[in-house]
Amino acid sequence: MSSYTLTHLEQLEAEAIFIFREVAAQFEKPVLLFSGGKDSICLVRLAQKAFWPAKIPFPLMHIDTGHNFPEAIEYRDSMAKEVGAELIVRYVQDSIDKGKAQEEKGPNPSRNAIQSITLLDSIEELKFDAAFGGARRDEEKARAKERFFSHRDDFGQWDPKNQRPELWNLFNGRKHVGEHFRVFPISNWTEMDVWQYIAQEKIDLPSIYFSHKREVVERDNMLLAKSDFITLMKGETYEEKIIRYRTLGDMTCTGAVESKAADVQDIIQEVASARITERGGRADDKRSEAAMEERKIQGYF
Amino acid sequence: MANSDVKEITENYLNMDLLRFTTAGSVDDGKSTLIGRLMFDSKSIFEDQMEAIEQSSKRRGDENVNLALLTDGLKAEREQGITIDVAYRYFATPKRKFIIADTPGHIQYTRNMVTGASTANLAIILVDARKGVIEQTCRHAFIASLLQIKHIIVCVNKMDLVEYKEEVFEKIKHDFTEFSSKLDINDVRYIPISALHGDNVVDKSKNMDWYQGATLLYTLENIQINSDYNFIDTRFPVQYVIRPMSDKWHDFRGYAGRVEGGVIKKGDEVIVLPSGFTTKVKAIDSFDGELDEAHPPMAVTLTLEDEIDISRGDLIAKPNNQPKVGQDIELMICWLNQKKLAVGGKYAIKHTTNDMRCIIKEVKYKMNINTLHRYQDDKEIGLNDIGRILIRTTKPLMHDPYNRNRGTGSIIMIDEFTNETVGAGMILPGS
Ligand SMILES: Nc1nc2c(ncn2[C@@H]2O[C@H](COP(=O)(O)OP(=O)(O)O)[C@@H](O)[C@H]2O)c(=O)[nH]1
Repeated sequence: MSSYTLTHLEQLEAEAIFIFREVAAQFEKPVLLFSGGKDSICLVRLAQKAFWPAKIPFPLMHIDTGHNFPEAIEYRDSMAKEVGAELIVRYVQDSIDKGKAQEEKGPNPSRNAIQSITLLDSIEELKFDAAFGGARRDEEKARAKERFFSHRDDFGQWDPKNQRPELWNLFNGRKHVGEHFRVFPISNWTEMDVWQYIAQEKIDLPSIYFSHKREVVERDNMLLAKSDFITLMKGETYEEKIIRYRTLGDMTCTGAVESKAADVQDIIQEVASARITERGGRADDKRSEAAMEERKIQGYF
Repeated sequence: MANSDVKEITENYLNMDLLRFTTAGSVDDGKSTLIGRLMFDSKSIFEDQMEAIEQSSKRRGDENVNLALLTDGLKAEREQGITIDVAYRYFATPKRKFIIADTPGHIQYTRNMVTGASTANLAIILVDARKGVIEQTCRHAFIASLLQIKHIIVCVNKMDLVEYKEEVFEKIKHDFTEFSSKLDINDVRYIPISALHGDNVVDKSKNMDWYQGATLLYTLENIQINSDYNFIDTRFPVQYVIRPMSDKWHDFRGYAGRVEGGVIKKGDEVIVLPSGFTTKVKAIDSFDGELDEAHPPMAVTLTLEDEIDISRGDLIAKPNNQPKVGQDIELMICWLNQKKLAVGGKYAIKHTTNDMRCIIKEVKYKMNINTLHRYQDDKEIGLNDIGRILIRTTKPLMHDPYNRNRGTGSIIMIDEFTNETVGAGMILPGS
């Protein structure tokens, strides 16, 4: 009997594939929210596996803030083509132009917050009833109780008090007209799992995840990339540094970390060494900045 | 840090397996402290988190660093009386990844523990050494057995407060053994611990030489869980039919699903239910190539030799080993909703990949889950109640008893008006 075992990554993968198929069966118009980050890139691979040899039976949708790294947009377009999925792009700029959203003020205005307005409008416009996201429960305390199938009312709101209990592998996707679900197939994955999966599956990532030279400015303890969306303040200058990105968001608010990690294995070592350092309880002055940030983001609880 | 350590970790990582466990204890037995301790001593907690809790411990005037603060999110809620819910937490050692379904004790206890237990391989039941086996302990043991959690670890906590005395531990062990002999539980282990000081959690206690057994973490890392699935009765509920409609895959018709039981091999003779047609497995296909065999809990795609009309909700089994098929089903039900179960009422149900409706025919009895007493006179089943009921479904259910197969033996009930999940049912052998 004992030979029938799966590794934890195989089990997590099977769980995610099951969720994808369940949504395709229970909902009429699902969509995969593609942010361009490593988590949503994993989602695309899992969706491919779930429906192979058929194509992914729903579109990918990207909410473009207009402040993206050009590398991320390039990656998005070529990836969609490669997997043969339909790609829908909706622009935050359009929501601003229509007066539905208002641009933040300041030297590096962020469009993170108003992104959700464009998202909800698009879900309504295109009549999607289930939207896959790449969120993980280990990301922050508040998410520890999130469901795989997360119910949203007709205003698109999440009511933490009114979530349905989830038992076994029985997922209740029933809903009233106008309501939709967010679905999180990789809820049970940690950041380390995601990186290991990327390594195991040999998944390509946008180049900016890896070490490269870039002109950056230090602001609020963050290294921000030189771009049209950033205005230098008094006393600030751009400096060239060897950096990489740990997450992909807007150029205006995504900080880089100084790192020499040139490939996925290097990054895994960086993530692992952050942990080992702590494991041994040793003060480690060689701890890289990336490792430090890893700890904060990981934030187990 | 030595490079070889990192290398070891990253290589091991691909050989780790997964253990899901749930923690049960009544308020103040030390559950939060224990979870905090496990994560802290297994070095899954990072320094800045540690600094934060050291500071808040000091602010609160705690003598020791209060590890319970790590899981404090739930506590705050409890104090404010907000939703009490299952929270999932993660940690890993080089051997295993662990998923903890952290179910807070208290009012909604049953609902939460049932939810957390439904996917768990193992349950940790905490007992306060000073209080011994109490009503709640029995309730936790009952729920664990009802949900067929295969392994139970009874952690006798706060041993430091009873001078680490062996007699105290032995007495609790004896009492629990006596109670649990009435239940369907096979693998029970007992560990004397102090969550606060760390005795026998990750490191062996120096204060309890009389205890020869393994520490909690060692047990969690090494307990055999790979025979928890049913590898005997082949059960493959069809979840989704894959039809690529492309030139290359013109005739491809794949049946996707999760293997709920048995081992499926290429060439196996199979029967499709409810139609009863038999055919053979042509291939087990996947994105990564053809597979030789599939077993629980793999999610795969089967192609079959003959063209048969098969859709979601059908079940593939072996001709000589079929599930029961019927419409009158007897269940143990745990009620999850404020609105009581209505005899004569109709509910939507989900069972494997099937949707149907049912009518509640009869409540046989309600359980007192602290004493296992069966009320024959009070049959009202409300929130957090557990009872035995009889239902009739609108179409035949292809099922196994829950104690034989969790996948084909469980159902959820849904209120057809609010769409809320209101009941969790486990099919009984007599059905
Ligand atoms: N002396 C002693 N106190 C403990 C131990 N474990 C927990 N406690 C204390 O018991 C109280 C309740 O613990 P907590 O973890 O919050 O309990 P929970 O309600 O089960 O989560 C806290 O004050 C803990 O410090 C132990 O092993 N020994």
